[in-house]
Amino acid sequence: MTGLLLIMPYFGWDLVRDVQELFRYPFMQHAFEAGTIVALTAGVIGYFVVVRGLSFAAHALSHIGFAGGTGAVLLGLPLIGGLLVFTIAAGAVMGALGQRLRGRDVTIGIVMAWSLGLGVLFLALFNGAASTAVSILFGTILGIATRDVVLTAIAGAITLVALAAMYRPLLFASLDDEVAQAKGVPVQALSIAFMVILAIAVSEAVQVVGVLLIFALIVTPAAIAERFTIRPSRGLLLSATLAVLFTWAGLTIAYYLPYPVSFFITTIAFWSYLLARLVSSLRLRVATGFPRPWREEQFRHSP
Amino acid sequence: MAPSDRARAAIVADDVAATYGRRLIWRGASFTIEPGEFIVVLGPNGSGKSTLFRLLLGLIPPAAGTLAVLGQRPRRGNAQVGYVPQRRELDRDTPVRGRDFVHLGFDGHRWGFELPGVARAAHRQVDEAIEAVNAEPYADRSIGRLSGGEQQRLLLAQALVGNPRLLLLDEPLASLDLRNQVGISELVASLARTLQLTVLLIAHDINPLLPVVDRVLYVAHGGVAIGKPVDVITGPTLSRLYGSPIEVLHDSHGHMFVVGLEAESGHHEAEPAR
Repeated sequence: MTGLLLIMPYFGWDLVRDVQELFRYPFMQHAFEAGTIVALTAGVIGYFVVVRGLSFAAHALSHIGFAGGTGAVLLGLPLIGGLLVFTIAAGAVMGALGQRLRGRDVTIGIVMAWSLGLGVLFLALFNGAASTAVSILFGTILGIATRDVVLTAIAGAITLVALAAMYRPLLFASLDDEVAQAKGVPVQALSIAFMVILAIAVSEAVQVVGVLLIFALIVTPAAIAERFTIRPSRGLLLSATLAVLFTWAGLTIAYYLPYPVSFFITTIAFWSYLLARLVSSLRLRVATGFPRPWREEQFRHSP
Repeated sequence: MAPSDRARAAIVADDVAATYGRRLIWRGASFTIEPGEFIVVLGPNGSGKSTLFRLLLGLIPPAAGTLAVLGQRPRRGNAQVGYVPQRRELDRDTPVRGRDFVHLGFDGHRWGFELPGVARAAHRQVDEAIEAVNAEPYADRSIGRLSGGEQQRLLLAQALVGNPRLLLLDEPLASLDLRNQVGISELVASLARTLQLTVLLIAHDINPLLPVVDRVLYVAHGGVAIGKPVDVITGPTLSRLYGSPIEVLHDSHGHMFVVGLEAESGHHEAEPAR
């Protein structure tokens, strides 16, 4: 019995011991370090993605990254390099379209499908396709080396500093590009800069959740935050906090259960979103009175 | 006109021409607008009213002639010019408080984020602007969920927050009901009086604006002209301007009412400037 306990990860009510247990192996330490940085970045940039209505573009960027990632592996180059080159190039083009990017879902979808096709070709040309494909598509957070953690930290710092520097004009341009432009905000340049930063964030996040599951870290936390606050600064903080919590919870559960981390992160994100929708619609009912149609009728007929 | 008068004027246009891409929209525009004037800009769809605003904002250069706004060449980011663009209603899901939206008019063009020390002065200015448009009751609600008239007041507050001297309002009355049209018109007029603002307001329906307008600037048939309402707002002039029959009725109190423009404003085609 005692022998078994030494092999099996221990989980109990002693939180200090649980945390010690969680960080016993370097691969878990690295996963927590990289995961936290990636989630923080994804949560912050996700807020702007949602406000700018670019969630499909973010999704597409990750898929375009798939071709870059597989291409890099084929050429024997680092995965992250291929991801960055492809996503930044695609991001810059999307950014140059600016506000016209909204409603370009068809064009983006066509480019996305083609790049997935390219990725499949690169995989076919490369031996050992299956494991590479799985790791790019669904993330490899438990296989992150120290060097990758450092790279992720650098990329994360660049992303956060850049977003902090453009916070106000980016928000202004996102909400009201015409007035922002008249006020002297470089709307077009900001649009390109934002998409390039998003490309960097997406490339980072691919390591954790993979290209297929990127929504869970970039869009879901921001979508939840949007339901609970209408103050941009709070929305940003809530979105980042949620992304980090999802990642931590996913990693912790995956340590004790023999299933993939990505599954737990996306599942927690999904159920949190459902819960958020339920709670916010209940709050709305309570705030506006129940049942709502009757109240609206009252307002309409009031003098 | 003496040079000193020209320097004092809010807007001086001298033989200005405007193009959209390579297409000439209008030319030969020469007019002077005095400080504190309330100008209504009239003209059919696509005649280049919004293009005029883009010139005044410095977003596009004049194709010919010279233009001075508050004694300077038009330039982007001029804090003395407040602007409310033509728009459809804001997205219902815009997750932003009205107050934060107004706040962007104060510092949205500055880099970085707000430092706590600066915040107090900013909040006072934002409060004042919201008060000026009587939007306190709903300033803390999500802007996407407000009615058209409420949104329009907050947009106006955003334009006012930098203490401008010139206001450019592109169809602020569009898609509002009659009560809100009159309410916004009166609000803009009283703000213009108390804050000594020069106002240019693009409109399709002149009726709610008749009590407050000083002069009418009309943009049509490739040209721009300015005149007193009594001269411009006559059946023959308006009919020529819009190319469709328009009548001006006068009641026993001396009030005017324009009939026929509603049909014109019914089909909203995209303006070339947009």
